Amino acid sequence: MGTRSRPLSPHLQVYRFEWTMLLSITHRITGVGLAVGSILLVWWLIALAIGPGYFAMAQGMLSSWVGRLLLLGWTWAMFYHLCNGIRHLCWDAGWGLEIGTARNSGLAVVAGSILLTLIFWGAIYMLRGA
Amino acid sequence: MSLRSPLARARGLGAAHNGTHHWWIQRLTSIALLPLLLWFAISFASLAAADHATASAWLRGPINAILMLALIAALFQHMQLGLQVVIEDYVHGHALKFVALIAVKYGTALLAIAAVFAVLKVAFG
Repeated sequence: MGTRSRPLSPHLQVYRFEWTMLLSITHRITGVGLAVGSILLVWWLIALAIGPGYFAMAQGMLSSWVGRLLLLGWTWAMFYHLCNGIRHLCWDAGWGLEIGTARNSGLAVVAGSILLTLIFWGAIYMLRGA
Repeated sequence: MSLRSPLARARGLGAAHNGTHHWWIQRLTSIALLPLLLWFAISFASLAAADHATASAWLRGPINAILMLALIAALFQHMQLGLQVVIEDYVHGHALKFVALIAVKYGTALLAIAAVFAVLKVAFG
């Protein structure tokens, strides 16, 4: 029997759309995005190790509007991945696997990640007063 | 009725001979990252407008340096395991998958080493 005639699991389009699907793939996408962002973290640490001139340039790049936009994306991605990571750990412990609970916890993750991002940026702007 | 030998069952390593090691390390690092990332987010926010002297004084503090090294260790291990699964799931060509998996291993290791070097240079410098 060739590989062609073996039964395959149905493709993604077969399933009825659920919000939890979108949250699931967002966990992966934010994970990959954060991996790219970790290069920035290493660059920031190296800039600090190189010296005052280079570090000032790095801080300047991060506080430009492009830098802030990237950091806004990365902070949201980090808080989303962190909150949804807690959701995953709860599932691993066997909690919250019912459909209704999984939908509600998903909503809590989205709300929590947006709230934490707002608190983070609010704190920065309050501290700097700019 | 199990088709596995008593020895295989006792070892509990499954077909990949790795058991739950990958899964377990992914969880252990994720739990470590929860407090470490919150600490780093708060620190990074407070250093948003910092000059070199302020930021390096922060990293020279032994607690900050140690937590930063712990963050780097957990983060890059977690990242390597996560990217590995993404590649295994979505990259289908054998050669490309092989190359991508090795690149992720070396790449994350190199990033981690560079980050550790930078932290130590500031901390001891």
